Amino acid sequence: MTAGQLTAVLPPADAGAPHDCLARNEWICGEYLSTRRQILWDAVVQHLQLTAVSVVIGLAVALPLAVAARRWRWAAGPVLGVTTVLYTIPSLAMFSLLLPVYGLSATLVVAGLVLYSLTLLVRNILAGLRAVPDETRQAARGMGYGPVRLLLAVELPLALPAAMAGLRIATVSAVSLVTVGAIVGYGGLGNLIYSGMNTYFKAQVLTASVLCVVIAIAADLVLLFAQRLLTPWTRAVRA
Amino acid sequence: MTTLSHAWSWLTTSAHWHGENGIWHRLGEHLWLTALCLLLSCLIALPVALVLGHLGKGGALAVNLSNIGRAVPTFAVLVLLLLTPLGRHGEAPTIVALILFAVPPLLTNAYVGMREVDRDVVRAARGMGMTGSQMLWRVELPLALPLLLTGVRIAAVQLVATATLAALAGGGGLGRIITAGFNLASTPQVVAGAVLVAVFALLVEAIFEVAQRLAPAWARGGPS
Repeated sequence: MTAGQLTAVLPPADAGAPHDCLARNEWICGEYLSTRRQILWDAVVQHLQLTAVSVVIGLAVALPLAVAARRWRWAAGPVLGVTTVLYTIPSLAMFSLLLPVYGLSATLVVAGLVLYSLTLLVRNILAGLRAVPDETRQAARGMGYGPVRLLLAVELPLALPAAMAGLRIATVSAVSLVTVGAIVGYGGLGNLIYSGMNTYFKAQVLTASVLCVVIAIAADLVLLFAQRLLTPWTRAVRA
Repeated sequence: MTTLSHAWSWLTTSAHWHGENGIWHRLGEHLWLTALCLLLSCLIALPVALVLGHLGKGGALAVNLSNIGRAVPTFAVLVLLLLTPLGRHGEAPTIVALILFAVPPLLTNAYVGMREVDRDVVRAARGMGMTGSQMLWRVELPLALPLLLTGVRIAAVQLVATATLAALAGGGGLGRIITAGFNLASTPQVVAGAVLVAVFALLVEAIFEVAQRLAPAWARGGPS
């Protein structure tokens, strides 16, 4: 924005503080970062907590579902069908449908995010389990592996790359969807976007939005790094 | 269960179906927004994807676009657009946001579909003396159609969801019933609106499911 536009836009009362980007309601504002540090920090912490809790619970629910769908052929159809239907429901509607159960609470947001992450996680874990070669499974059985040990020591490690890919997508989606939780007051950075919208506060909306994307990318990179550490053999093959 | 029966009685009250804030009007807005933006984003994404796929260029962009789209919160984009000068033009921020989120799945799926066409088939077509555009229209496009249509389906479902969120940023559509319910602290209205949105989204998904099951019959009978 040029100085000419500024004087045209601003009422005379604000002209006394030309260096205050908050008063001028600019998109990028260092003053906002320094004066609202605590609010931003709290929002980021809430955002991270909501994301982490829901992805961990989602993983804990998805893993047995995927294993069951792998073990019993008849279970695969219903499991995939239900999770796909859940994924089709728009986020705002999902949170709203949970309102009578959980009320205006953080639990509502977590429950909604868990239901969303299930589709991605179950599909990817199942794809990973199904991709385990039959020869590998037979070799393990021939070595005297029981069904539990076969699952834990052979099938799950081999399904890890596919599962981690699903986990990364689920986590990035969760970071983005947390913002919708603002409708019940538990949206992490979404709360700041929501209140910024109502007060036409540009710096707040842009800062919170950028932080959301930064969190999503950072979470993705952390999981990618974890995947590299957990599956050293995939790199050995490629090299 | 009492909430459900309250939601049901909210839905069956005929006064809630008519007028400016009525269900019919909101449903019409939602349908119109979804259909218009699906058409516009197809017009933007598909030619680009087909040309890039035919030339085999820009693959990294086409594939990564979906990942980028996932990392950017829809709600944030809606509000950001609302605060730009665009926000003064009625539904314009909603339409732009909807298109922004519908283009990545369309582009990625159409591009991947084009690239996954058997190279031997493409070489055979070239050997038969087909020109570039003949190959594109008669060989690559028909073979890429299933994945391309999957992209359209994903985009349509995404559009329904994004159009719902638009209500949070003051846009129209069925989401407005939900946000109005929150403002009135009326759980029955919130649930009733959510049921309407969920049914609408599942119907769109079902229509594409049926269309996709019928499609291969005529797609296979085509020039491929």
